[in-house]
Amino acid sequence: MRRALVLLLVSLLALPALAVEPTEMLKDPALEARAREIGQALRCVVCQNQSIDDSAAEVARDMRRAVRERLSAGDSDAQVFDFMVARYGDYVLLKPPFKLGTLLLWLGAPLVLLVAATAIMLTALRRRATAPLPPLSDEERERLRSLLGR
Amino acid sequence: MSRRLLFLLPLATLALMAGFFAWSLMAGRDPASIGSVMVGRPAPRLDLRALRDGDKPLTDALLRTGKPTIVNFFASWCTPCLAEHPLFTRLAQRDGAVIVGIAWKNKPEEARAWLAKLGDPFLYAGQDFDGRTGLDWGLSGVPETYLIDGNGIVRFHFRGPITEKDVRNTILPFLKGGKP
Repeated sequence: MRRALVLLLVSLLALPALAVEPTEMLKDPALEARAREIGQALRCVVCQNQSIDDSAAEVARDMRRAVRERLSAGDSDAQVFDFMVARYGDYVLLKPPFKLGTLLLWLGAPLVLLVAATAIMLTALRRRATAPLPPLSDEERERLRSLLGR
Repeated sequence: MSRRLLFLLPLATLALMAGFFAWSLMAGRDPASIGSVMVGRPAPRLDLRALRDGDKPLTDALLRTGKPTIVNFFASWCTPCLAEHPLFTRLAQRDGAVIVGIAWKNKPEEARAWLAKLGDPFLYAGQDFDGRTGLDWGLSGVPETYLIDGNGIVRFHFRGPITEKDVRNTILPFLKGGKP
């Protein structure tokens, strides 16, 4: 039991390995840092939910190289994202854009929460309103006084 | 009365979900599909060295000849490519299809040996050893196949191997009418 716990805790220390290889990295640390930030936000197109920085797939490596080439050529971050979206669509963005087609995706969960919260609040309010407590009778008041010892 | 209706809510939810799952199964919905943004757009840049010795390099002009063209990315190391290969051979021989083959991340000599062994259905064959052209085409791997109309517009993009059904329902009508 204790050993299992230790193993579990140790496994929590493990960091996810990056697939970015040293040979791929740019010499300029500032550009490389931007490339990493972009790479973390781009989705590998053959893996279900991995960024291109985390994926060892062939296509992910090509995409990392393209990101670095675009940055070296002087592209802004937005231009690099546009470059990828032009080839692979919104699918490559790990954070989907907010637009008409993704309205349900962005607002669906908050909407359900809102509806549920309203329903619960209305029910609670109605319950309080429908049960006004009758005042104590003289008998009850007498008993209460004796219970409280006055 | 309204409280009794409330008991039906879980059942209604179950029915809704079962309906969605049934539809997913029957309609052939593929949740892993990433779609393609290439369809409806002009074909991306094509500027490749020829795979076969003595051939001219591949250029954009190949895709704007007025004739519908099939572009197939393949590799000798790819098993699904092996599976779809006879279909391309038949499309070229029986149906006279213009097929452009591009060897993706494949050593040219290995791609050539593969074609020599299995037969070469490609009117034009190019090499994309570093995958740059594949990226421009929005390729996710091999095999993938694009149908380009006579004006150079991408009309179809198959991710994965083409099947007999694709040939019958999509590719042949496309080759005949220019539009599937």
